[in-house]
Amino acid sequence: MTRASNRPPVVPPEAALPSYLRAGYTLRSWLLTTDHKRIAILYLVSISFFFLIGAIAAALIRLELLTPAGDLLTNDGYNRAFSIHGIIMVWFFLIPSIPNTFGNFLIPLMIGARDLAFPRLNLLSWYIYVVAGLITLYVVLSGGVDTGWTFYTPLSSVYANGAVVAAILAVFISGFSSILTGLNFIVTVHKLRAPGMTWGRLPLFVWSHYATSIIFVLATPVLAITLLLVAAERLFGIGVFDPALGGDPLLFQHLFWFYSHPAVYIMILPALGVISELITSAAHKRIFGYWFVAYASIAIAVIGFFVWGHHMFVSGQSYYASAIFSFLSIAVAVPSAIKVYNWTATLYKGDIELNAPLLYAMGFIGLFVAGGLTGLMLAMLAIDVHVHDTYFVVAHFHYIMVGGTVTAFFGAMHYWWPKITGRLYPEAWARASALVILVGFNVTFFPLFLLGYEGMPRRYHVYPESFQVLQVISSCGALLLAAGYLLPVAYLGWSLFRGAKAPANPWGATGLEWTTSSPPPKHNFIEQPVVERGPYDYPISDPLSRSND
Amino acid sequence: MTEQAAEEPFHDTDRQEQADRLGMLVFLASEIMLFGGIFAATMALRIQHPQDYMKAASHLRLALGTANTAILLTSSLAAALAVEGARSGRSRWAARALAAACLLGTAFLAVKGYEYAGEYREGLMPGTAAAHFSGPLQRLFMDLYFLATGLHAFHVLTGIVLMLTAALNRTALHDRRAVLIGNVALYWHLVDIVWIFLFPTLYLAGVP
Amino acid sequence: MSPGFQLWPAAASQHAREVDLLIGSFGAMVWLLSLPVFLLMGFFAWRYRRGRAANRRHRPNRNIWLETSWSAIPFTLTMVFYVWATGLFLDLQHPPANAMTIDVVAKQWMWKFQHPEGAREINDLHVPVGTPVKLVMTSQDVIHSLYLPAMRIKQDVLPGRYTSEWFTADRTGVFPLRCAEFCGADHAVMGGRLVVMSPARFAEWLAANDGGALSPAERGAKLYRESGCAACHDRAANGLAPSLEGLFGTRVQLADGSVRTADEQYLRDSLILPNSAVTAGYRPIMPSYANTFGPDEIAALVAWMKTSGGSRPQ
Repeated sequence: MTRASNRPPVVPPEAALPSYLRAGYTLRSWLLTTDHKRIAILYLVSISFFFLIGAIAAALIRLELLTPAGDLLTNDGYNRAFSIHGIIMVWFFLIPSIPNTFGNFLIPLMIGARDLAFPRLNLLSWYIYVVAGLITLYVVLSGGVDTGWTFYTPLSSVYANGAVVAAILAVFISGFSSILTGLNFIVTVHKLRAPGMTWGRLPLFVWSHYATSIIFVLATPVLAITLLLVAAERLFGIGVFDPALGGDPLLFQHLFWFYSHPAVYIMILPALGVISELITSAAHKRIFGYWFVAYASIAIAVIGFFVWGHHMFVSGQSYYASAIFSFLSIAVAVPSAIKVYNWTATLYKGDIELNAPLLYAMGFIGLFVAGGLTGLMLAMLAIDVHVHDTYFVVAHFHYIMVGGTVTAFFGAMHYWWPKITGRLYPEAWARASALVILVGFNVTFFPLFLLGYEGMPRRYHVYPESFQVLQVISSCGALLLAAGYLLPVAYLGWSLFRGAKAPANPWGATGLEWTTSSPPPKHNFIEQPVVERGPYDYPISDPLSRSND
Repeated sequence: MTEQAAEEPFHDTDRQEQADRLGMLVFLASEIMLFGGIFAATMALRIQHPQDYMKAASHLRLALGTANTAILLTSSLAAALAVEGARSGRSRWAARALAAACLLGTAFLAVKGYEYAGEYREGLMPGTAAAHFSGPLQRLFMDLYFLATGLHAFHVLTGIVLMLTAALNRTALHDRRAVLIGNVALYWHLVDIVWIFLFPTLYLAGVP
Repeated sequence: MSPGFQLWPAAASQHAREVDLLIGSFGAMVWLLSLPVFLLMGFFAWRYRRGRAANRRHRPNRNIWLETSWSAIPFTLTMVFYVWATGLFLDLQHPPANAMTIDVVAKQWMWKFQHPEGAREINDLHVPVGTPVKLVMTSQDVIHSLYLPAMRIKQDVLPGRYTSEWFTADRTGVFPLRCAEFCGADHAVMGGRLVVMSPARFAEWLAANDGGALSPAERGAKLYRESGCAACHDRAANGLAPSLEGLFGTRVQLADGSVRTADEQYLRDSLILPNSAVTAGYRPIMPSYANTFGPDEIAALVAWMKTSGGSRPQ
């Protein structure tokens, strides 16, 4: 297939160099590795574990909501279930999900580097993540936390009686992992691009991770200090949020959302990057409007810092502020819309292979559009006053985070599976699972929009009977969705041992990561690649394409 | 001047040096946002209650705060001299300048500790048994004061440890690019800059 | 709260119906913007699938006008809705002057309502149809949020400050009233009914329920007398503190040079944090009453100050 280099073929013959997977077999060779690809695998294992725990909490929630009465969980038990679900899914799955696995694995490969700029720091961020994760497990085992993932004061600082400080500590520590990862990515992209890899030739996956890293570095410390203030208030009564002391609980919300709204973009931007790669590779065509898509990522990261107030329209903040935040929230939707339209235009006159990654990508676009446009509804002040803190919001952000990020995560998993493991996955099964996930997701979460508009507040474990039908539909959908998520685990696991050996470039894609062997050797490339063309320079290769003039 | 081989994943030391510097700058940007949260909180308090804020601030010891500002600024000078020393090949000079910066940093902490002790005696330290305040806003101000200066003191301590490590590292002292010393000094300057903003926010606000 | 399946919530005010219209129209625009994407995506994937003969020459890689237009047109369309939605929202911020004011105190996990005529109720709220009702709310502990789905409104209720929301019910009936901000263990059951009655029935209900209780303003007047406020605030008290007569709603010149409107928040702040806004010409000598008065009592004092326009309590 196409090479990015004019030098002799950089794809080594099989077994010329041992792959990174064969660079050592001991546990030590994994736990003390500084190879970005192995660290990516370590992350993959650990975030999958936390996804499982978060999913168990979600299963408890959906089971409880089958009936209007609180019969499975007590009120406090339910509160702990959704709190732990939120905390684990946000900080221990979604935020590290794509950046720390695929970003870690692919960024050096995509820019022609031997590793990230600071390999030991990379390993350190994984250990920090693990320590934070262990504390979270302690929180789960010691009875959980009952504040919700948002830790609103004064509930969290004075009234809650769960393991709040431990949970805060866990999130606080995990933040350092994010900061170090972001720092590493930024420096790597600036300083380790291969010769010829100009900014205009960076794959869009790298652009979106660059934007994500900016948020990692600039937003996470604000969360750190905010949580520190909550912990100080709870432990020592040294507080600035408690109104009983003259403090301002809205200040907490401002600081919290100053991090947590950009954090939403931490979760979705890497997914947008994944989709750009999946679409171009499947369509065998250059992305439509490279610069629009690249700068859209940066625009989202930058504008994303100025929209936090849209979480606070009914909190009592000034209505002038609300009107401005509403406007900015509409503005931040523009770059996302650009991406969606440009992806669609990329398919035009493509040479489209309807493979599983493309199915995931198209599923992603559908769900992301639904999530994004309902987000636009939430940015409308008068609508938000009605649906704020209801299931409408729950449905909206699950469309973005589960329908968006998790779907993209699965798409990336299939697309780069041959590169990561050196094996091909069974295509038919993969297409089936993509469809099951798409259907299961919509059955689970679409009814929640209706519930929200009808006025069911979130975080209710008992509810009026009139809401039951939709809740039951949603719980049934969750069962289907769980099956959709378990299917890939089964056939991808099977392919690890029985799958056909993957060639270096099974998709005929143009990215640098496909010029090295599958799986790549320890330092990625046998010799330094030199880049001479853009990331998506696909020629028209199929003779049929040209016949019909 | 000793020439080192570049570490993985770099091909040449130039690139590696640039990467180290950029890494430190990005980290410092992150640190600024960390303190940004505290400054946002003090700003909110000050805008909502200007009178009480000024009154509470006037209870701080302006003289000690001013002395500490001078001490920290001088130590920043010493750190800058250490970088110059390393760059011009005078490694002993660099080591001494770093030691001086460490000493001044320690002096800053000593003054700060003395100040804290005084505030404890006056009953201005929240969370202690002897604490008594003239009103909720003085308490709130002192809460913020201790959180901000405590967090800053932690950074001072980290900076001292970093500079000591650099001062005892022969390779770093003989490195004419002053990569490690340069980055450590950069960190120390940030600690200094944060203080330069804390000083007017907390101490000078009390000057009528 | 009728049992059984329901797809659209009951609407009981003009505002609620306008919000329904807004979201309906917005929904239509959403389809307008997203349907082409879905259709084209499917069509392209089928038409240009690998192995199928199709014209793939002159593949466009960018088109600045196309890209600008599909950024600008949806944005402009959305702006129309922005103006509409913000207008509706601003209406919610400006209750009519003749609105009937009900004090609300939230605590884990109940709502306490205090009618101006003296009737008090817990969790259920009775209001007359056709009259603007303004809820002035505060919390005793954590943040709550008073949510009236049938009015399409909610507002967070915070400890240590007042927030308000208002509505005019235009049909009688029983509607849900819920807490929307997570507030601890029994958050899900912190709710009750909003009972909208005809004016005649409401008057009967008020008469049957006031139980001879003092109205909030009367209780406030009593507190003013009994807590020694008059010692400083009374006209005769040598100007130690400003008089409270007719203070509500006026512009107050403060010692720091700024000007504030004497609204509920200002009056309450002056009780809790008296030195944060000292009136020009007076010394900051008033002690904080944060530990003396509870939210109910502060609400009563504020209610009295609001009604005391010029007349001293006898």
